[in-house]
Amino acid sequence: MTPLLVALGAAVGAPLRLLATRVAGRGGRDPAPGTLVVNVAGSAVLGLLLGLADVPAGVVVLVGTGFCGALTTFSTFGADVVRLRADGALARPLAYLGATLVLGLGAAAGAYLTARGL
Amino acid sequence: MAYLLAAVGGALGSLARWALAVVVPSSPGGWPWATLLVNLTGCFLLGALLAALAARSPEPPWVRPFLGVGVLGGFTTYSTFAVEVVGLVDGGFPVLAVGYVLASVVGGVAAVVLGARVARRPGGRPAR
Repeated sequence: MTPLLVALGAAVGAPLRLLATRVAGRGGRDPAPGTLVVNVAGSAVLGLLLGLADVPAGVVVLVGTGFCGALTTFSTFGADVVRLRADGALARPLAYLGATLVLGLGAAAGAYLTARGL
Repeated sequence: MAYLLAAVGGALGSLARWALAVVVPSSPGGWPWATLLVNLTGCFLLGALLAALAARSPEPPWVRPFLGVGVLGGFTTYSTFAVEVVGLVDGGFPVLAVGYVLASVVGGVAAVVLGARVARRPGGRPAR
């Protein structure tokens, strides 16, 4: 049952990430901001989920491990940094890396602490 | 079609990530080995994949959505990394949290570069 829930959640999360990067990349723009948005949003949802008490284990697996796990990505984040660096100045990859860390970790912490305080 | 490929690939990659987390469980306050392992491995493989694709023109249209976005995107995760960092700080292990962030980010970027190099020059020749 657990693997099925992981797969189901992921089957929704991964195409949603593809959509986000395609929307961000329209008109020849760099798709990295799309990756940033899903990584921050997914971190907030997972933080909220883990901060809440009494969430059924199946929901944690479906929404947390499956959906949030596949909505967010570390490999594309890493590849984005390398591509932005290869494309030019150091400022853009550093800004993207910094924004991903500050906003992503901030979203996870904020959502987790808020949910735990509820 | 690309969205379907991403969905199937994402499910497969996420199942592999879940299976690894079952095999390598992390304890509270412990180093999150499972997530670090999938993230570094996924970064290496994506770097190799993108370099291999750059050497192919035209690239097969299914590869990027299925393997890049789906399998490797689903295999790696940012959200679990983020909540693990929060958990380490919250649990009173701030030094461990900083070390985990550095290992993940510096290691991940290095793994992408390494993967690309390996794919570009197998045995010293350009990849085809």
